[in-house]
Amino acid sequence: MVPYSHFIIVAFILFAIGLVGLFTRRNTLLVLLSIELLFNSVNLLFVTFSGMVGNLDGQIAALFSMAIAAAELFRSKKTVDVSHFNSLKE
Amino acid sequence: MLETVSFYLFAGVLLFAALLAVTLRHPVYSVLCFLVSMFSLAVLFWLLKAYFVAVVHITVYAGAILILFLFVIMLLGFDKEPPALWTNPIRFGFAIGFSTLSLAGLLWIYKIAVCQAARPEPLSQAGTIESIGRLLFSSYLLPFEFLSVVLLVAIIGSVVLAKKEL
Repeated sequence: MVPYSHFIIVAFILFAIGLVGLFTRRNTLLVLLSIELLFNSVNLLFVTFSGMVGNLDGQIAALFSMAIAAAELFRSKKTVDVSHFNSLKE
Repeated sequence: MLETVSFYLFAGVLLFAALLAVTLRHPVYSVLCFLVSMFSLAVLFWLLKAYFVAVVHITVYAGAILILFLFVIMLLGFDKEPPALWTNPIRFGFAIGFSTLSLAGLLWIYKIAVCQAARPEPLSQAGTIESIGRLLFSSYLLPFEFLSVVLLVAIIGSVVLAKKEL
């Protein structure tokens, strides 16, 4: 059995990678993709803690967070550069 | 033994593919690397005995979100993005510094908080559809119903934003 701490460290590194993407990419889609990486890092933490505590509540939390991620919507504009966005609807 | 080997293999693939996804210049390559990292993450969920979460993860991320990303890329036809290192070195340095700092902070919090917590006890039940479903429809019924409202708002909102005039 792999110790839970290794899962937690993988989740932390994934979070740091997502932050790098969030700050360096200018493409809206790739910024959103980096946010998905952050979401997934947190999901991995939820599931790991669920295993550590010994009940399933953390897995339920991860499922809810996935449903919120599925509800994300975005609108494709003519430009995809984040710095040109100033309104949600053109 | 098999569990340990597959953990290190898929954790390595996950982190490497995530790193490629945020650094590669071509958006399609980034999205495909993201797909690889999502599959590896599903394997990690499986190793944690969260079987239902693993399957839902593949369905949502590989099925819905990745297809959406690829659709938008194919429809808009993105061009290659210049690497941030020489278009904006200050922002690149800030990003690297900030994420390193946050990683160090997280590890520090982990060191003082999680290591002192109670010894992990083995998971009493695996996260199968039956056990998750029993919990979801008993103690988590209200949040579950609220979630359907959130999804409805997302559907209506996307229609409102997509239509030129209502």
